[in-house]
Amino acid sequence: PPAHSHSDWIGPPDRLSNLRPVIFYVPPEESALERRLREARQEAQASNQRFWARHNRAFRQEKEEFIYSRLKAKGLEMRDESGQKATLNAEEMAEFYKDFLTKNLKKHLQYNRDWYKHNFRITFLMGQVALVRALRWLRWRKKNVQQ
Amino acid sequence: MSAARRCRPPRALSGLFVWCLRNTGVRQIPCRFVHLYHVANGRLITFQYFNFLKRMYVTQCNRDLNQRVKPKSDSAVCPFHALQQLDQEKKVVHEISPVSPVHQSETSSRNELREIKLAAETEDSVLLVGAESKEDRQWKEMKLQLDDLPGILARLSKIKLTALVVSTTSAGFAMAPVPFELSCFLLASLGTGLASCAANSINQFFEVPFDSNMNRTKNRPLVRGQISPLLAVCFAASCGIPGIALLTLGVNPLTGALGAFNIFLYTCCYTPLKRMSIANTWVGAVVGAIPPVMGWTAATGSLDAGALLLGGILYSWQFPHFNALSWGLREDYSRGGYCMMSVTHPGLCRRVALRHCLALIGLSTVAPVLGITTWTFPVISLPINLYISYLGFRFYRDADRSSSRKLFFCSLWHLPMLLLVMFTCKKSVLEKEDKGDLSVGSHETAVKMRLP
Repeated sequence: PPAHSHSDWIGPPDRLSNLRPVIFYVPPEESALERRLREARQEAQASNQRFWARHNRAFRQEKEEFIYSRLKAKGLEMRDESGQKATLNAEEMAEFYKDFLTKNLKKHLQYNRDWYKHNFRITFLMGQVALVRALRWLRWRKKNVQQ
Repeated sequence: MSAARRCRPPRALSGLFVWCLRNTGVRQIPCRFVHLYHVANGRLITFQYFNFLKRMYVTQCNRDLNQRVKPKSDSAVCPFHALQQLDQEKKVVHEISPVSPVHQSETSSRNELREIKLAAETEDSVLLVGAESKEDRQWKEMKLQLDDLPGILARLSKIKLTALVVSTTSAGFAMAPVPFELSCFLLASLGTGLASCAANSINQFFEVPFDSNMNRTKNRPLVRGQISPLLAVCFAASCGIPGIALLTLGVNPLTGALGAFNIFLYTCCYTPLKRMSIANTWVGAVVGAIPPVMGWTAATGSLDAGALLLGGILYSWQFPHFNALSWGLREDYSRGGYCMMSVTHPGLCRRVALRHCLALIGLSTVAPVLGITTWTFPVISLPINLYISYLGFRFYRDADRSSSRKLFFCSLWHLPMLLLVMFTCKKSVLEKEDKGDLSVGSHETAVKMRLP
């Protein structure tokens, strides 16, 4: 993002976590409230990134292992004669999807709780910041009008 | 509210409905709307609209096909080749366009891309995937662009789904055995639309990281940072509160209460439950069943057996519709952590879909018993109900992608056709007046009391 910009910038989805990283703009006269908001957003972003990167990596790995073990059981190799990757059909993959989901359910429940907490806290802080800014602007308007 | 529900609006309002569709900002097939707009005949509108919907959903399904890691079917291979061709085309376009700030170059290249799209004869799905990936790879400023705001809010409130929900409500209103009142109808539709926008916005607000991980939903406004969460919540509040107030004060308190309850059910029950247990599908079906009930109570002011029957029909319809759709999305649901029947209890998924297809036949037969329609309704609706049950049975037996897709597409036209047949077989109000003068008298006073 350009150096003169006064706003946050959001980037393309991360390769591992599919989340879009945000670069936060730090204004020179940042109030304590605004700093808390920015830190909350950074913390949420970092925690989300950690969770999803790890989760997606685990998914990909376990999927490969599953396919490999199934193909071996069937007596096939990972790549057939033409060099194309051998695949399992949807029904066989369904078993893997079911196992993966049930295995990770508890992890997801914990993550859900954290995510909802982060989300509400960030939105509430955003609301406070917006309110403070609006009041400040109104006060500035009143001063200008009086002058 | 699940992926889509649709219903044929009453003929008198097909024009309004088409206008709503027009403004949803669907970019890929602008020329279709011209066909829709000029056609006066009800049947043709259904056909064209169905084609439009089919393309929309085929597009989404094709998108899924493209991004699956190991697709089984062959059709995934040819879109990939076409995609590479288009990438090269787009690179050329990008070089030609003048060097300008990120946002402008992106819109100009997008415009040029659009022209190429209309000129080229390739599949819409491939084009969509190509254009989006180009935009995706750029860093964007997180500032609210006011001229994009209508489109952003439309996507935030899932305006197309809202339009379908409103048409379900109007079906409920039309089926109520009272003389049609335009003002009440418009107020009810507007209130329901606003409530639906609010509920959808809150749903997207809750689900940002999950949406970004699923192919179907990763281009939502909150995921892309086009809008801040605070603004999303404010928008939801500014839609929901006037919507419910309009329903409570302008129509009747019962409809307002149902609307508020539906918002609560969708945002606070269905959305968190999606990640906790498979019961979410049943809750979601209730969410889908309430709008026609709301339409009925808006017209009559009370919860009759007819309202519950209409709600029951929509409740049963949700299952073949959603279960068939979710069958193709099992990988995304599994990775995203969504507890859906298609992933954890596949047998149950198919059994429930079939069970509810058969229930639709039963419910259609109950309609004349309750006096909502004449006896021609179960007779005429039997073929379509039997067809969807047959597809449900095929889905139950085969449990593969093709049968799930057939069932899903059938559900898309089955519901509007069923509601249309129901409307044409509606027992006329005049017949009822002949039956009992006393009931008519009380009806009229009820009508007078209802209006503010």
